[in-house]
Amino acid sequence: MAHLNISDVTLSFGGLKALSNVDMKIEPGLITSIIGPNGAGKTSMLNCISGFYHPTKGDIFYKEKKLTHASPHQVSNMGISRAFQNLELFSGLSVLDNLLLARHQNLKYSFLQAVWFYGKASRVEAENRTFVEGIIDFMELEPYRKSLVGNLSYGVQKKVEVARALTLAPDILLLDEPMAGMNQEEKEDIVRFVMDIQKERGITVVLVEHDLGVVMDISDRIYVLDFGEVIGSGTPEEVSQNPKVIEAYIGED
Amino acid sequence: MSNNDHLLEYSIPQLLRWRVATSPKRPALREKDFGIWNTYTWEDYYDHVRKTALGLQHIGLNRGDTIAIISDNIPELLFTAIGAHAIGAISAGIYQTSMPAEIAQILQYLKVAAVFCDNQEQVDKVLDVRDLIPNVKKVIFEDPRGMREYMSDDWFIDIQDLYKLGEKEHASSPDLFETLVDQGKPDDPCHLCLTSGTTGLPKGTIMTHKNYINMGVQITQVDPLEPTDEYVSFLPFAWIGEQMNSFGIAMATGITINFPESVETAMSDLKEIGPHFMFGAPRIYETIRSEIWLKIDQSYWLNKLLYTYFIKVGLKAASFKMTGKPMPVGLRLKSWLGTQMIIRPLINQIGLMRLRRAYTGGAALGPELFTFYQAIGVNLKQIYGQTEITGIAYMHRDGDVRPETVGKPLPGTECKIADDGEILSKSASVSPGYFDLPEKSAEALEGGWLHSGDAGFIDEHGHLVVIDRLSDVMHNNKDEMFSPMFLENALKFSPYIKEAVIYGNKENFVACLINIDPVVVGKWAEDKGISFTTYMDLAGKPEVAELMMEQVQDVNSRAEKEHFKIKRFALLYKLLDVDDGELTKTGKIRRKFVQERYQNLYDALYDETIDTKEVEASFQYQDGQSNIVKTSIAFYTVKGV
Repeated sequence: MAHLNISDVTLSFGGLKALSNVDMKIEPGLITSIIGPNGAGKTSMLNCISGFYHPTKGDIFYKEKKLTHASPHQVSNMGISRAFQNLELFSGLSVLDNLLLARHQNLKYSFLQAVWFYGKASRVEAENRTFVEGIIDFMELEPYRKSLVGNLSYGVQKKVEVARALTLAPDILLLDEPMAGMNQEEKEDIVRFVMDIQKERGITVVLVEHDLGVVMDISDRIYVLDFGEVIGSGTPEEVSQNPKVIEAYIGED
Repeated sequence: MSNNDHLLEYSIPQLLRWRVATSPKRPALREKDFGIWNTYTWEDYYDHVRKTALGLQHIGLNRGDTIAIISDNIPELLFTAIGAHAIGAISAGIYQTSMPAEIAQILQYLKVAAVFCDNQEQVDKVLDVRDLIPNVKKVIFEDPRGMREYMSDDWFIDIQDLYKLGEKEHASSPDLFETLVDQGKPDDPCHLCLTSGTTGLPKGTIMTHKNYINMGVQITQVDPLEPTDEYVSFLPFAWIGEQMNSFGIAMATGITINFPESVETAMSDLKEIGPHFMFGAPRIYETIRSEIWLKIDQSYWLNKLLYTYFIKVGLKAASFKMTGKPMPVGLRLKSWLGTQMIIRPLINQIGLMRLRRAYTGGAALGPELFTFYQAIGVNLKQIYGQTEITGIAYMHRDGDVRPETVGKPLPGTECKIADDGEILSKSASVSPGYFDLPEKSAEALEGGWLHSGDAGFIDEHGHLVVIDRLSDVMHNNKDEMFSPMFLENALKFSPYIKEAVIYGNKENFVACLINIDPVVVGKWAEDKGISFTTYMDLAGKPEVAELMMEQVQDVNSRAEKEHFKIKRFALLYKLLDVDDGELTKTGKIRRKFVQERYQNLYDALYDETIDTKEVEASFQYQDGQSNIVKTSIAFYTVKGV
């Protein structure tokens, strides 16, 4: 049983078809990558899953639940969280506050409890902090805990972005080009984290990435998009043998 | 505090047991983890040592076996080391930055039977050389992250599982551990400490329980510590400087050792703890001063104004304090005012406000740095010693800090200057010798004195002055003697210069290679509006060369003898680095290696017709990759030399 079942999804903006008749199955516990040239519809696909766009046609199911028309916060409550390609962090807040804020949906206590910080309020806040500290430890962000996000380097901000997605304790993590704009060392670092996210935390990862080397190395399954259509899928080996994929990437000779 | 002499009768585990009996509930160790400081009391400390000790015995570590430790500073490292001591085994520290081949060599040389690693990074290095180290029976790791694929291999064991084995052992024979601890003798070897190896492969110095405890007892006779005092552990454990604190001073005084969350957070954790004493290489003090300058520079105008005025007052007051002379009333008043208004809040920001004493050792520190720290109320003092004498044998006394000396011997330390100028010492902290190197041991301990290999003399105040390594002293082609280290230090006292290598042995003048300080020179360039990209680019700027020319001329103007003056220099295109084998792990220059590596630059320095030269620079990265870059390097001649 696939975790996430995308069937026959089409997304159009007026006359432009960003996605047409896309079928994908995201299996639990694996790293599934979506690759393709610029404008192939990779980010549109993630936007459809995470509820930013709603497919014009077709359906998306998550564990039998239909989330085709769910809003972003509903999707996130179901256990699908996302790290953005262009950082979506509060640059004026510290790393810790950014992460704590991401857990606001777990903060369920009354106004009065909050005012006096007693009972549930203090307990829940402590639990959240413990959870967030676990993520900080996991992503090795200790040195930056109290630094303002805006003052950090791009590579570290990317790590914070991934950490923020993890603080929602997701089942599925959508990573949109986590390695874009990074140097070799930072890339290797992020790859290690992506693999640990899958193996240590048992989270299903959907990865959109440009760096083919990385994708081929760490993915269990790959979907190749071109002009909004799936032109190939399978294991990294199968995909790299696929003539259509070779053509899309290298062009006709 | 002579009532502490009875501590010398204990081994380290026995002393730990005595601490538990005296103050079971006092904090012994503290570690920051998940953002919270977790405390281990002396009782907890002992419990963990017991679990580890019996666990180690269970996995086959016997009396006299060696366990190597490759780890950042964490409490588990002390549990393992002292646990090993408790069963009569020997611990040995290896630097975390060591490459796999180096680790294999050390493990072979020290005949290591087990290895403790803190995380996968270190485990992988050991795994890399598994074929070369058949003697290693087990690899213990602390952080299970990334280790899941290794768990099927019983060569590896999680420290938590080791604890369980130990607990089981303790449950079945409750007296076993105490019996084992009782068998320890103060003169038994307990640790093998690697010397820094400026001249080749590191030697394993055998250290006994008494070596460490004696050092801790003697130093606190001069500078007493309270059991409530705090210490932050951030020096590499493989260096004697950290062991003398955790095995020696902490055990002898009952202070609390605090472990930072990670290597990167050490400075902010230091601020949270506010230690009462600290120990470090000069570089740490240079970094802290730069941080203070930066903070002031970024502050608003009133702070800057107050700082500029009161630091001058402080510097004047410091010169009185350091020599112990009485201060004029006016100065005392101004200095008090400055301390209250700006200095105290400032050093509180860095975490040094509670600091009673700070020690620097391992290399020379600029005299103006001593005065600076004394001016901001930090009692910074020089210490001197070798690994073979448990790190510290000579030390400044409060109110008698002379920057050009290394102070007076600790109580119980005898000092003698040999006929050839070598510094010889004798004390209960002198190591019995090197592991498996009887000839070297005999040489170093000839006649019952520890031969330091350093040249020095005792000045009119009874202070020891260290000149240089005996073997490093150079002679020019007129056979006039000079000390390269002395000149290098004179250069390095300039904030713009990070490292310098002096040449001139059997040549007709002194020349040098200079490493600019990327941070300070980078800031200077920014202020001047000079744009640059990389270190190589910055070092190649003509404006930077002019700046360096001024620094060299300044050093020359203070040269005591004509032949000390530097005539030619060049700015090196890269920082001398441990990974390239140019520096030792403790940051000392490997002179011979550096000369061979930069032979082409050396030749150009001594060929006065050469102004620029094309060179190929090769870089070695930590993961073993290397890279070659072409660049041109300029050579400058100082006028009037």
